[in-house]
Amino acid sequence: MKYILKKTLMMLITLIVVSMLVFLAFNIIPGDPAARRLGTEATPQQLAALRKEMGLTDPLFVRYIRWATGFIHGDLGQSYSYGSVSKLLIDKIPITISMALMAFLIMVVVSIPLGIFTARHQGSVVDHVLLVVDQVVMAIPPFFSGILLTLIFGLTFRLFVPGSFVSWKTDMRGFISYLIFPAIAVALPKIAMSVKLLRGSVIEEMRKDYTRTAYSRGNTVRGVLYLHVLKNALIPVITFMGMALADMVSGSIVIEQVFSIPGLGRMLLVSINNRDYPVVQAIIMGVAILVMIVNWMVDIIYRIIDPRIESL
Amino acid sequence: MGVCLIVVLVGVFWTPYDPTKMSASEKLQGLSVRHIMGTDNKGRDIFSRVMYGSRITLLIASGTMIIGAGIGSVIGALAGYFGGFFDEIVMRIIDAMLAFPSILLSLIIVSLYRTGNIEVMIALGIAFIPSFARIVRSEVLRCRDTDYVRSARLQGVSNLRIIFWHIMPNIHGVLLSSILIGFNNAVLAEAGLSYLGIGSQPPYDSLGSMLSSAQQYMLTNPACVIGPGFAIVWIVLGFSFLGEGIRMDKEN
Repeated sequence: MKYILKKTLMMLITLIVVSMLVFLAFNIIPGDPAARRLGTEATPQQLAALRKEMGLTDPLFVRYIRWATGFIHGDLGQSYSYGSVSKLLIDKIPITISMALMAFLIMVVVSIPLGIFTARHQGSVVDHVLLVVDQVVMAIPPFFSGILLTLIFGLTFRLFVPGSFVSWKTDMRGFISYLIFPAIAVALPKIAMSVKLLRGSVIEEMRKDYTRTAYSRGNTVRGVLYLHVLKNALIPVITFMGMALADMVSGSIVIEQVFSIPGLGRMLLVSINNRDYPVVQAIIMGVAILVMIVNWMVDIIYRIIDPRIESL
Repeated sequence: MGVCLIVVLVGVFWTPYDPTKMSASEKLQGLSVRHIMGTDNKGRDIFSRVMYGSRITLLIASGTMIIGAGIGSVIGALAGYFGGFFDEIVMRIIDAMLAFPSILLSLIIVSLYRTGNIEVMIALGIAFIPSFARIVRSEVLRCRDTDYVRSARLQGVSNLRIIFWHIMPNIHGVLLSSILIGFNNAVLAEAGLSYLGIGSQPPYDSLGSMLSSAQQYMLTNPACVIGPGFAIVWIVLGFSFLGEGIRMDKEN
């Protein structure tokens, strides 16, 4: 309990520092938000009035507090060109999140059996081939595998039509089947990495005494591997998987561009090009919060699996 | 790896064709003897462009490592060595920076200022500072209370000299392998950024931006995407094998 509290406290401190950094970064950039909103033909009086209305005349600290409290209440501010940021993002969030979750699921489902398989056949031809394939897959950037997937499955085999994204509101099945290939693209390098990690830690656990004891009690190979070894071997892999989940959210920024999916990443790029900073600020803050929550969860799961972990 | 470096080095002095020279009659060709990776939509030789693009990619990645590993290890070493309140504050900021995925962090930095090769280098460099600071800090912490550091301190060696003359040589192995891993990540991140249209500007594209412009033509000429794509894979693979090799050397 004390451990969880401590971790939560640390996360909150980090959260505050992050929000300050984000706020500062977007406040020291040159350019006046009021001038941006009014355009080039604004009179100085109009500018001054709007500046006052937007609260730009207040000191930095007051503005930070106002922005932060607004954020907590779900008010992400006003976009320069599209009105409320919250309304703008509410449709995009599920797209990116469901893609990241699908990628995560694919990674877990594929890499655990594969990692155990390679460890079990350690030193065999299959193992060597898989290791080489693993290294190569790790070197492929997700956007390139995305392009290759579109080329092979989209354009040659016609399993999906590139650019035919449908919203989950109109067609749930279409939505999910369109997201499968981008999710695979995001998941591929992570699968390779976690197979490598898992292989290493399974091999290490298989040398330990408890594994031999489990065998001597007459358990099958499969039973020992999945019931005894896996639980211990997963500990180092879980940290990686948590980080991978966070990476997948940010990786989707690039992948959404490859598959033209109108998610958060698309929105971010468009807003960066339009210099629509409130939107950029909100998305970045959102992703950072997500990453922190994932890290916090990893720490806690870690503790539940292995209560010996004491230090921070 | 060796091949890739040779190709890039040759590319500095000589490319089979001018990477920016367009030729309307030879556009979107497939693989052939004349153009071993084919030509793109403007009739430019892809192999020459890949040679040129790899150079940009490698330069940016090296610059990123110099900035990221350089500043990161100095910060990490100071924080680890002195500890206490200073360490606390530095580590909280580093933690906060780690909450932004590196591609996102560099995306913000580039978007707030300008885009260009140097800007991307600086942005990626800053994005890589936290991870190096962390690694070096934990290594310095490990060495801080060893006997050789104590005896150096007793002899009145200054703190800075202890950090950079006595401790640093002892952690160079860890640092080297994390620089190689970081280098790969930098290549991938740069490719991702330039794929998004941020970074090196036409006509001298880096590998990522070549891919993004080639994507439109991949149905008519798949060679367009395959050349630059495999160049990235090749570079990353080369460096990861180098890293593996160094690690195995150390273990034996």
